Amino acid sequence: MQQTAPSHHRRSLAYSASGDRVFSVIIALLASGVLILAVLMAWELYSGGADPIRRFGLLGFLTGTEWDPVIKKQFGAWPYVLGTILTSIGALLLSFFPALGAAIYAAEYAPRPVAVVINYLLDLTAAVPSVIYGLWGIFIMAPFLRDHFYLPTYLWAANHAPGLLPFLGNPSGYGLLTAILILAAMVVPFTAALARDAIALVPAPQREAAYALGATRWEVMQMAVLPLSRTGIIAGAFLALGRALGETMAVTMVIGNSHKLPYTLFGGAATMPSVIANEFTEAVEPLHLESLIALGFYLFIVALVLNIVGGLIIRRQAALARGVL
Amino acid sequence: MNRDLNLRRRYWRDRLMLLLLGIGTVLALLVLFLVMGYALVNGVAALNWDFFTKDMKPPGETGGGLRQAIVGTIIVDGLGLLLALPIGIAAGSLLAEYPDHPLTPPIRTLADTLNGMPAILKGLVVFVLIVKPMGTFSGFAGAVALGFIMVPIITRATEGVLTLVPKEIREAGLALGLPRWRVILSLILPAARAGIVTGVILAFARAAGEAAPLLFTSFGNPFLTTDPLKPMDTLPLRLFQFAISPYADWHRQAWAAGLVLFALIVLASALARWATRRRL
Repeated sequence: MQQTAPSHHRRSLAYSASGDRVFSVIIALLASGVLILAVLMAWELYSGGADPIRRFGLLGFLTGTEWDPVIKKQFGAWPYVLGTILTSIGALLLSFFPALGAAIYAAEYAPRPVAVVINYLLDLTAAVPSVIYGLWGIFIMAPFLRDHFYLPTYLWAANHAPGLLPFLGNPSGYGLLTAILILAAMVVPFTAALARDAIALVPAPQREAAYALGATRWEVMQMAVLPLSRTGIIAGAFLALGRALGETMAVTMVIGNSHKLPYTLFGGAATMPSVIANEFTEAVEPLHLESLIALGFYLFIVALVLNIVGGLIIRRQAALARGVL
Repeated sequence: MNRDLNLRRRYWRDRLMLLLLGIGTVLALLVLFLVMGYALVNGVAALNWDFFTKDMKPPGETGGGLRQAIVGTIIVDGLGLLLALPIGIAAGSLLAEYPDHPLTPPIRTLADTLNGMPAILKGLVVFVLIVKPMGTFSGFAGAVALGFIMVPIITRATEGVLTLVPKEIREAGLALGLPRWRVILSLILPAARAGIVTGVILAFARAAGEAAPLLFTSFGNPFLTTDPLKPMDTLPLRLFQFAISPYADWHRQAWAAGLVLFALIVLASALARWATRRRL
């Protein structure tokens, strides 16, 4: 290529080497929007909630049991922390095996059209807005549970085992167990999708080897597929837990919103996102507002850790699987 | 004889596990079916023409619609998409086309992390950054919060689709003497258009159903407004407020809003599926 060769078209600046440089700078600047959003998020939540954390202590804020914005102006997050732990762990435990079952069934057992439908429905479960689950929870699920499960159980306990009553709590239908149940239904697709991916990463020769030994389908799962995909499935559970922690609207709508400890099975409770949703627009006191932002900061840290750990495991698994293939 | 028994036991265990897996699948999808069914039945009964053409009535009065929330949803979501599109597509292109760029690994990790962050935290951040300095809740703040949700989804979707574009297309472009930027803009992005559109639709649908980040950004407004600097109503937000209100007619309209939102989501995911089926 000669520099002096006559050119049929005018070479503009954009087509020289500097054009590429300018483009990559522009694209990197726009892309660093992602970076900026993440940093802003961490910084604003930290600085916005710094005051109550300083005042009550890093752990003191977390473990304080009193949340009284009106009279004592005392902010302890423990009721909400406990509520978040109970609802999200409970939801994960309840949903884990059904989600895993659906993933295994769709990946290994179902004929292809059925698997496509199951996968589509799982995606749809994740796509349905939280408020719609909440709407259904308020008007259909909670009254149903109250009439057919909570009240009968409560009445039975009142007659036969009055010692249980303090653990059961107010059977109004809106409370901890209802929130756990609806949350369980909502995090199913997250566990299932990642379990599906992990199972799909298991190399086919592993299965063929097990079949060649005369294993039944379940034994193939047990011997060849599950041991290799276990780490990925656990990573999926981490990410599902992260989703459950932050789920706001549906939980707020059915949990009864009471931070009175001790929590009971049927009685009202509250979580960190639910108290932020409920009190944020009504918080006039700066310390109240900042305490809610501080709650957000703790939520951020926990979600961050779960996401990073889950993401690391998944990437490592994918790299390992590529190595095996 | 003993071996026969053992084999039979293994077959039975296989069948039992299949049964358990089937039960698990049904349980996993049960709530979705119930929610869909109730949203459909109650929503169809509640939906009428007024829902789309009239604004909401004051508490306790029956009738009216949710025109102000529908208009608000279109404005807030559309504005959010406009804000998120350039960042998301640029970030996705960077991740796919410049794997050696120093920003690529941190942006990929942070996009995933942002995607997993609770939506309500994005609302909190926007409240501190925009609502507080501006001194008022606004549709614009809501749009930023929703854009926040869309950006990481669009980023990862764009990256995923661009990596599917055959290497030969890039090589062909470069062999013709095109600079890299022209190859990306004129060859790769157009080739991946259908897939990118799919990702954008899914991001849009996800953000369109969110109420949590709008609680303290766009806040809600019972009156029709098209000014994004004023508080604005959106369907998910109004649905939430109606659902927790004590009025029966508002409950009815909440179901109607639920059905409209649900239809929007199903339509979007069907559209996304259709778009990818044609291309990839």
